[in-house]
Amino acid sequence: MSGPSTYEPKSNVSKWFDERLPVARLMHDSFVAFPTPRNLNYLWTFGGILMFCLVAQIVTGIILAMHYVANDQMAFSSVQHIKRDVNFGWLIQPMHAVGASMFFVAVFIHIFRGLYYGSYKAPREVLWILGVFILLAMMATAFLGYTLPWGQMSFWGATVITNLFSSLDGVIPGMGTAIVTWLWGGFAVGNATLNRFFSLHYLLPFVIFGIVILHVWALHVAGQNNPTGLDIKQPSDAVPMHPYAVTKDVFALFVFLIPFAYFVFFMPDYLGHADNYIEANPLVTPPHIVPEWYFLPFYAILRAIPSKLGGVIAMFSAIAILLFVPWLDTSRVRSTKYRPIYRWFFWYFAFTCCALGYLGAMPAEQPYVFWAQFFTFCYFAHFLLVMPIVGIIETPNKLPRSITESVLGKVSGSGGGGQMPAGATAGPEKR
Amino acid sequence: MTRMSNLACAFASAVVAALAIAGRATAAEDHHFEYEKQKWSFGGFFGQYDKAQLQRGFQVYKEVCSNCHALDRVYFRNLVQPGGPEFPEAGVKELAASWPYKPLAGPNDDGKIVDKKGNLLERPALLSDPILGPYRNEKEAKAAQNGAIPPNLSVMAKARDLHNGGFWVTHIAAMGKDVVNGYQEGGPDYIYNLLLNYAEPPANFKLGEGLNYNKAYPGNQIAMVPPLSKDNFIKYQDGKGSFEENARDVSAFLAWAADPALNQRKAMGWQVMLYLLITCVLLYLGKKRVWAKAH
Repeated sequence: MSGPSTYEPKSNVSKWFDERLPVARLMHDSFVAFPTPRNLNYLWTFGGILMFCLVAQIVTGIILAMHYVANDQMAFSSVQHIKRDVNFGWLIQPMHAVGASMFFVAVFIHIFRGLYYGSYKAPREVLWILGVFILLAMMATAFLGYTLPWGQMSFWGATVITNLFSSLDGVIPGMGTAIVTWLWGGFAVGNATLNRFFSLHYLLPFVIFGIVILHVWALHVAGQNNPTGLDIKQPSDAVPMHPYAVTKDVFALFVFLIPFAYFVFFMPDYLGHADNYIEANPLVTPPHIVPEWYFLPFYAILRAIPSKLGGVIAMFSAIAILLFVPWLDTSRVRSTKYRPIYRWFFWYFAFTCCALGYLGAMPAEQPYVFWAQFFTFCYFAHFLLVMPIVGIIETPNKLPRSITESVLGKVSGSGGGGQMPAGATAGPEKR
Repeated sequence: MTRMSNLACAFASAVVAALAIAGRATAAEDHHFEYEKQKWSFGGFFGQYDKAQLQRGFQVYKEVCSNCHALDRVYFRNLVQPGGPEFPEAGVKELAASWPYKPLAGPNDDGKIVDKKGNLLERPALLSDPILGPYRNEKEAKAAQNGAIPPNLSVMAKARDLHNGGFWVTHIAAMGKDVVNGYQEGGPDYIYNLLLNYAEPPANFKLGEGLNYNKAYPGNQIAMVPPLSKDNFIKYQDGKGSFEENARDVSAFLAWAADPALNQRKAMGWQVMLYLLITCVLLYLGKKRVWAKAH
């Protein structure tokens, strides 16, 4: 994608700068002239939406941190103070809390889009792996953030999740307990825990930002995937990012903001749990400790395994396995659009994730435990059995010869499209 | 190859059917109380608090609830502010000055926190003071209340909710319905039902020492004595009032206490939604025009 730069400085000042620090040239080549496949659908707008989410969380978060008090006696009251007395605190606090949920809505759509269209396949493996790290950092940030209001769910969620590490006692006796004490900064979740969680909650978004820069960089080296999974082979396959992709992304962002605003203004507490309006009390355990909705599938996997250590390993594996997806999928074709068998498994996998989410919200009793075990099996089977096997036994449908052909139908004499055999699209690219 | 996809399809539908059976089995076991949902003036998208109702609700809080429960995240000044009961300022000043539970005034200039008789130094409350309850701390509450602690009511209406449940399809459908309707009044609905559903325990029910039977309370045993009843309710200033009205009005008042910015938020919400919708249309037209050149 990194052809010769088309940037031309227009004034003497920009020319002077361009010879010393060509930031404007970098931005022009990356976000204005950058060629984007002309057939991208609206699922491709979620990258930009996620960038907005990250920035929105950082901006609202910085403002909240100006008024929030990370102290176990004062945290709950300080959040109430923000909502009641700080100017527009009643708006900024739900924007941040709802924003976290919307961030996960967007990232899940983004990930499933990548899975459907094979965006993890060569040469985009590093791009995909960076994305998995972003997801991990997001989950850590969200978990830390949820403890800060210091309600009952905050406190007990923090207790349950940090206590997971005590399962390491089964590996080396005493190690798990030592790690948990170290994480807590004491012998129970308390003021020290809250303080370090706040510190890390402020730090991690900037780590995410750093990985996002690498993620975007890797994207701009490999170029964007597209619904056909074909590479850009001729000028007519692509349109410049500005104004084409930009106008589409901005429109999609504003559509996304409608449900966002809906929750912020009309249902600010719907995505949270009522128990978090009860101040943290180490002496009273809530009847059901449930995480935020976006952790529910992983929570279901954790509880599905009868052994504590096994459950912890399964839960972390559920994310770690994503790192290996580029090599687990053996298909030569990127896009599931052209994969008649895998398509069914893909939608069944999406159903599996939803089912796990539902089961994660249910109490740990039969028959929910059985179904959580069943769908945990399905979850891992998708990666470990379906992806390698289906890729080998499946005959893909016929691919269009080029992106241009997929958009405009058969085009006579459309450049180099015909030189590449259909199906060989995931092969190495020459640059 | 089509056989493979048929297989996958059959497998998926078998799973759905099996889940359906599992869901039905559990729904029957759940004990359920049918909460009677109220029509709240502040519910839905155009909802705003009913000033008169909040004023009546405050009267119930003051004459009944405040004997045990604090409301100390709410300040007297909040009773004057727009979007609440909007009592006249002079009246609230008097109310604060005469509030029986006074803020501490010590240490005084001599460094003392008690007067000569050994009572804690106190001062009358001002507009800028919180609405205190009768107990200085949890131990005092426990000692006075037979071991129970009357919870702070400031955010009670948000700390309780009605939960959907049962068969998974109806559960998810009910969640969807709540989202579409913008239902956020689980807290006040719960409080309303709790206040109305004290009853004699069933014959085979073993009631704990000092506890009361309540059909709406999870577990049915609640330490709070019935605060209102058919024979014992508050008459409003216009001479009217009933048991049910008391319960409904105080629930609405507590909803305001927990979410005093609701009027402002919902009013601004519509402006924001309208702005987003119009902008979306404009952006879509712009996008279409730009892309017309590409096809």
